[in-house]
Amino acid sequence: MTEKTAVTQSGEAARNETTLLPPVDVIEDAGGITLYADLPGVPKDKLNLHVEAETLTIDAEVALVIPEGMEPSHAEVGLPRYRRVFTLSKELDAGKVAAVFDRGVLKLRIPKAEHAQPRRIEVKVA
Amino acid sequence: MPYRTVFPRDLFADLDRLQREMQQAFDLSPSIRGLTRGFPALNVGGTSKSVEIYAFAPGVDPASLEVQIEKGVLTVVGERRVDEVPEKASVHIDERFAGRFRRVVTLPDDVDANAVEAGYRDGVLHISIARKEAAKPRRITVQ
Repeated sequence: MTEKTAVTQSGEAARNETTLLPPVDVIEDAGGITLYADLPGVPKDKLNLHVEAETLTIDAEVALVIPEGMEPSHAEVGLPRYRRVFTLSKELDAGKVAAVFDRGVLKLRIPKAEHAQPRRIEVKVA
Repeated sequence: MPYRTVFPRDLFADLDRLQREMQQAFDLSPSIRGLTRGFPALNVGGTSKSVEIYAFAPGVDPASLEVQIEKGVLTVVGERRVDEVPEKASVHIDERFAGRFRRVVTLPDDVDANAVEAGYRDGVLHISIARKEAAKPRRITVQ
C-alpha cells in the first residue's frame, strides 16, 4: 500500500469513525446559553467548533504524549476523538458565539439575539 | 451512564452510541465503588522501562491534585469545582462531574516508587513511574 492511499483512507475513516460523547453542562439565563464540555487531552489546535445553520458541532481530537513502544493495558478513554452535535434554537445568535478552552474544558457562550432579549417595558404615568 | 438531554438529536447515532456503551459496560468488571467509570477516567499502559498512567481530569486546578504511592498502590485525589449556576438561570443538561474525587490503581511489583514524574496538560494528568533497574529486560551475552 502506498503512503498516499493510507492517508486518504485514514481521512475517510476519520469521518465515519465512532467517537466519544463528551459530557456537557448547559445553563440558560436571561441573556443566553452557556455550554461547558469536558474534552480532556485535546490541545487547542485540535478542537473544531462549527456553527452551520442551526447546528453546533463540537469535534475534537485527543493528542497525548505517549512514550515509544507503550502497550495499553487498561483504557477507559478508548477512542481518540470527541464529537457532539446540538441544534440551536431560533432566538440564539449563532454569529456571536464566544468560546474559551482551558485545561480541557470548553466554555461556550451563545447569546440570545437582540430581539429575543427580555425587555422591561416602563409604564409611564400620564 | 446514560446521558440526559433535551436537545433533539439523530436517532440512529443515539442507538449506535447506546450499543457502544452497553458493550463498554460489559467489557469492564464492575467496580466496588458502584460506577464502572469513575472520575477521572484512567488509561494505563506500560513500556519495558516504565508504567504510564493517564488520568483524564479536565478543569482541575493542578495545585489541588495529590498523587501518592504507598505499598504499591497509586492514589490520585483532587477536587473539581465547576462554575456556580447564576441565580434565575435554568440547567438544561448536567452531566459533568463536580466535587472531590479519588481513584486508586494497584501498580505492578517492579516499579520504582522513587522515580515518578507527574505532569498536567490539556486536562490530563500523566504519571510516569519507572521500573526498577533490576526488572528491566536484560540481554545476557553468552561467552
